[in-house]
This record gives sequence, structure tokens and C-alpha cells, in this order.
Amino acid sequence: MNATTGNTEADRKAGLEQPILAAENLKKYFPLGGSFFRSQTAYVKGVDDVSFDVRKGETLGIVGESGCGKSTTARVLIRLLTPDSGVVRINGKVVGAPDGISVRDMRRRVQMVFQDSYASLNPRLTIEDSVTFGLRANGVPKKAALEKAHEILGLVGLEPDLFAQRYSHEISGGQRQRVNIARALALSPEVVILDEAVSALDKSVEAQVLNLLQDLKQSLDLTYVFISHDLNVVQYVSDRVMVMYLGKSIEIGPVEDIYARPLHPYTRGLLASRLPMDPRRRVQSAPVTGDPPNPVNPPSGCRFRTRCAWAEHVCAQREPQLTEARGAHRVACHAHIPGSGHSGPAKWEGVDAD
Amino acid sequence: MQISPLKQTLPSAETPLVTVEDLRVRFRSRDFNVPVVNGVSFSLGKGEVLCLLGESGSGKSVTMRALMRLFPSTAVVSGKINVDGHDILGLSRSKLRAIRGAVVSMIFQEPMTSLDPVFTIGSQIAESVMFHEGASRRQAELRALELLELVQVPSAKRRLIAYPHELSGGLRQRAMIALALACRPKLLLADEPTTALDATVQIQILLLLRELQHELGMATIFVTHDLGVACEVADRVAVMYAGRFVEQGSITQVMDNPSHPYTQGLLRSTVHEGVRGVRLETIPGSPPDLAELPAGCSFAPRCGFVRPDCTMAVPHDATVGQGHSARCVLVG
Repeated sequence: MNATTGNTEADRKAGLEQPILAAENLKKYFPLGGSFFRSQTAYVKGVDDVSFDVRKGETLGIVGESGCGKSTTARVLIRLLTPDSGVVRINGKVVGAPDGISVRDMRRRVQMVFQDSYASLNPRLTIEDSVTFGLRANGVPKKAALEKAHEILGLVGLEPDLFAQRYSHEISGGQRQRVNIARALALSPEVVILDEAVSALDKSVEAQVLNLLQDLKQSLDLTYVFISHDLNVVQYVSDRVMVMYLGKSIEIGPVEDIYARPLHPYTRGLLASRLPMDPRRRVQSAPVTGDPPNPVNPPSGCRFRTRCAWAEHVCAQREPQLTEARGAHRVACHAHIPGSGHSGPAKWEGVDAD
Repeated sequence: MQISPLKQTLPSAETPLVTVEDLRVRFRSRDFNVPVVNGVSFSLGKGEVLCLLGESGSGKSVTMRALMRLFPSTAVVSGKINVDGHDILGLSRSKLRAIRGAVVSMIFQEPMTSLDPVFTIGSQIAESVMFHEGASRRQAELRALELLELVQVPSAKRRLIAYPHELSGGLRQRAMIALALACRPKLLLADEPTTALDATVQIQILLLLRELQHELGMATIFVTHDLGVACEVADRVAVMYAGRFVEQGSITQVMDNPSHPYTQGLLRSTVHEGVRGVRLETIPGSPPDLAELPAGCSFAPRCGFVRPDCTMAVPHDATVGQGHSARCVLVG
């Protein structure tokens, strides 16, 4: 996998690759409690001006805590939610624009797997019917659709003879998630969005599904957007990682860079919050204090400043923009932006500030 | 009337606080008859922290809830449970009510479903103190404030009159801990209390629970599926599979020298730093169907070291070392 990373890196430097999926200044605000007498004033800024691109063959991991907008981002990408502004491009073509690509065509190329394997399958359809549903809806004749479904069920490790006729309540959680993956792959998509796809699974099953996802990516030449709150899993699968906080993208870069040399104080705190799995080396103090603030009225300037140990005057004044820090590694933090008026990052143990 | 102080002195750890002998639970109705806990025995000293570690369906939550006799009506229970001198399975309903909250108390995974949405945090805590200790409302409210400060809720006074929905996830979890501790229980049951929380908040709650456990000297049974969490809080761990303890020992013994193939598989298949680029080792197959458990060792169908005698009888609990044992024919 490291070799793949090297390739994309080299290709990108040569300017050869066009991102397969690109989000530009995506915004999705959810209005709150307007009524007949009171006009709409408050919004939850679910996704607030987020841009990134995903290159063919890579896995982009999106991490962040609940309410940071990672799932909203996924839903906007696949148009389960319409963005308030900003565009999504598939191979350079704008989704939903007259001269671009229609939402329907986009969904043939981009598919999604959800966290709740049970809720995302229709309980009244057999597994076979669930997997053929998309194919049939796209005009594939019944016989061909069945053939394809059986082939894909085999690919995800579910013997069609044993499983095709069963209903979703008759199989285990891990098997159900395999069905969801099979359904997503039925239309031969190029990009698969995995929204907490392994989070609800038991550890022994999670490892199986992660291996399966890696195999499928290789054999079907897929591109993944992998959303998770589990930092270890994201590190395992991703080539690049984007960290989100309260609707903002605050840091993005190659996975090795983000995990070995995180720059944003939130990313540092988040990574330090991972449990060390060693009873002799227990965590002695919490790396980040407090809860994420209410997304309705996020703090002014940098949204992390209320929990940040480095917060200075400038952090409340201006919102930091994602700025190139080290090659492809970009961060939105005044402490890392020269000339921002911030006195610079504090020393942090465990990471050399190189 | 004076209500007793919140903190208690650590009693001598001679007689165990909890003893469970051959606990068996099955869920039975017209349509199903499923054994969920198949002979669990253990004891727990005062102030000790035991982690029940297992995957969904392993019986860890049912085992823990048995200590409060918190069962659905379909449960058929046998065995003996003694908590602080009370025979839990033989108590009358009214005695049971007096013990729940006062001697044994529980915190849950999802605070929103275990706090009452129509009462303020303060009145919910006060109600419990008034019921168990016969305190006046005024005294109970003072205790509620003291408790919220104990669980490190910032501006506790203001939060007393807040409703559960007005608090953030982390604060809600703290409020629920305060409620559970309201009557100084001797045994705290924690059912995945940090699973629904974000990483940065999870570590705060784990640290808080560890601190409170030291300070108040209560024994704790902690149910989790997360090895990382067990490493942070446990003195001892019991690994559960298909309703049995397949391995138990101190947390360091189990992490350093996992002896049951299931524990070994669990440790190896957990994604951690440093596995990037390596194919994950997995435990093949899926967790067993409890209604049709195989004869002998329940893990045998997924086990890489399976031998003919594995399917003959359930392996006995073999000693690995001092206080460390595993139910596997390969041990001992």
C-alpha cells in the first residue's frame, strides 16, 4: 500500500492526475426552530466551507468527533443532502449542473455504505433482492442482474447458495455489512463512501471486513472515502487523512504526516486521546478538556480556541484558513501560519516540531 | 436527621463483597429458549475493579445485570449471587428496590435514555437520596450539588436546574455517574459507559471513573468490548465467550500472556498503531448462535488449535499462573 501512496504522490507532482471526486467550498447549514412569528435566524453549520479532493485509487480518511460534519459531508457528496453552496465534481464534471453530470449518473459512480447495517437494508427484501435492486432500477434485465448479484455476493465472501434467499434479520451483523458492501458494489462504482462502515462491528469481525475492503479495493480498482471516529482504523486504511472540527476541515495531509507530526492542536489532542492498550502505561491526564461546543453558536475566529492551550488574541479575531505547512500537509491554525500574529506553536512532547 | 457523608473509609478486603456461584441465565418463551450465561462463578473484593470483556452476545451485560437482578421477564435464572451479605436472587421485590441504588448502582452506555427527560438533573439525584436515606428535600439537594461537583461538572449550581437535553454528551454522562453515586453504593456496575462518547471525552470520563473509584473505595464491574478501555480501568479482567468466562486474570497477566486462543485472537485482530500495510489477522467465522451452541468448547469451530477432545466436553478452568486461568485444553 505504501507503494501506491508513492505513486500517487509522484503522479500528482507531475500533474498527471485529475481528482476523481472533488468538493469545492461545500456548505450545508441546517436551519433551527423558525416559526410563523419568528424568522429564521439560527443555523447549525453542519459543513462550513469544506474543500478537498480524492484521487483515483486512494483512500481519503475523514476523522472527527460526533457533530463535526463528517457524515454530513458524506451525505452532501452523494446528494442525500443538497449543499447550500459549493460544488461536487466527478472527474471534473459538476454534479447536477446542466453541462455536468446528473445526480443519477453520479450515484452510479459513487456509492455509499452506512454504519447501521440493519437499518440500511429493507427487511422485506431477500439479500439477493437487495443487491439486485439498484441494477434493476438502472434497467439491467432480471437474469443479468441476478447473475451479477451472485457474483458480487461471492466476492464479499457470502456463498450465494447459502445467503441469497435469506432476509437481513437472519444473518449476523458482519454478514449484513457484507451485504451492504455488495449492494454498493453492484453498480460497479468508482468511488465508495464508507460512513462508519465497520464501527458497529465486533473487533474480530471488524478485522475481517477491513481485510475484505482492502481486497476489494485492489481487485476492483476502487477509490474510498473512509469516514470514522476510530483513529486506529483510519490510520490503517487511509492514504490521506482530513480532520474535521465543528463543520470545518482543520487539517489534511498524508496519513504518515498527520499521525507522526500532527500540527493542529486539536489533531494532537485527538491522537493523544487514543488509549495506549497497556495497563502499565495508563493515561494520566486528559489531552483535551471539555466537550465540543454547541455547533449552533460556534466560537468566533478559530472554532477550537475555547479548548485550545495555545489560544491567543488573534484566534478569536480571525478564522484561520487551511494553509500549506509541509508539502501536501495543510493546516488551519494561526500558530502555524507565519505572519498571522500568533506567537507560534508550543512544544509538545511526543512530536518533534522539525 | 443527618445523612451519612459521601466518602467512606476503605474497609478491610478480607471477605469478598461479591460472590457469584454457577450463574446460569436462559431466555425462554414460546418461540425461543436461549442459554445466555452458562455457569459463571467469580468473586470480587471491596474496592476491586473487574472488567468483563467480550463481544456482543457473549453474555457480559446479562452477567453484570444479574448482580442487580435486572432481567427481562423471559429470563430463567439459577445459581447464587451474594452482594454485601444480600442474597440477590432470593430477595423480595421491596428489599430489592431498597438495594438498587443504595448498595448496587449502575451506569449505562446511553445517558439520554436512562435520565428522565422531564425532570431536572438536580431533582433526579435528590429523589434517589430522599428515597434511600430518608433525607429532606433540602438536604438531598445539597447532596446533589456536592455530587455534581464531585463528578467535575463545571458551574454545578447552574446545571442542577438543567434538563438532560440541555447538557452535552460528556456532561450528561457525568450527571448519570453522579446519580449512580448518590447513595454511596458499594458496588458500581458500568455498562459500556464510554462507548458512545468521542475519543477526547471518553478519556476524561475514564479518568473520572478511575479517580472516583479510588476516592470512594467502591468495587466496580465494568463491561466493555474495548481492550484499550480495560487496560485503563481494570484490576482484573474476565474474557467472556458464549456465556462463559474463557479466561480471567489480572489485566497485566491477560495482556502479557493471553492464554485462551480467543483472547489471543482478539488481541491480534485489534487494529492499533503499527499495523499499517500489514494484513490484519482475524478470527475466522462469526460469534456463535447461542441457541445452537456446539458441544464442548464453544470457540472450537473458530479455533486454529482445535483438537478432538475440544468437542467432547467443556474444558475446565485450568490454572495458568497465580490468579490467572483459562478454559482451554491447551492450558495445564
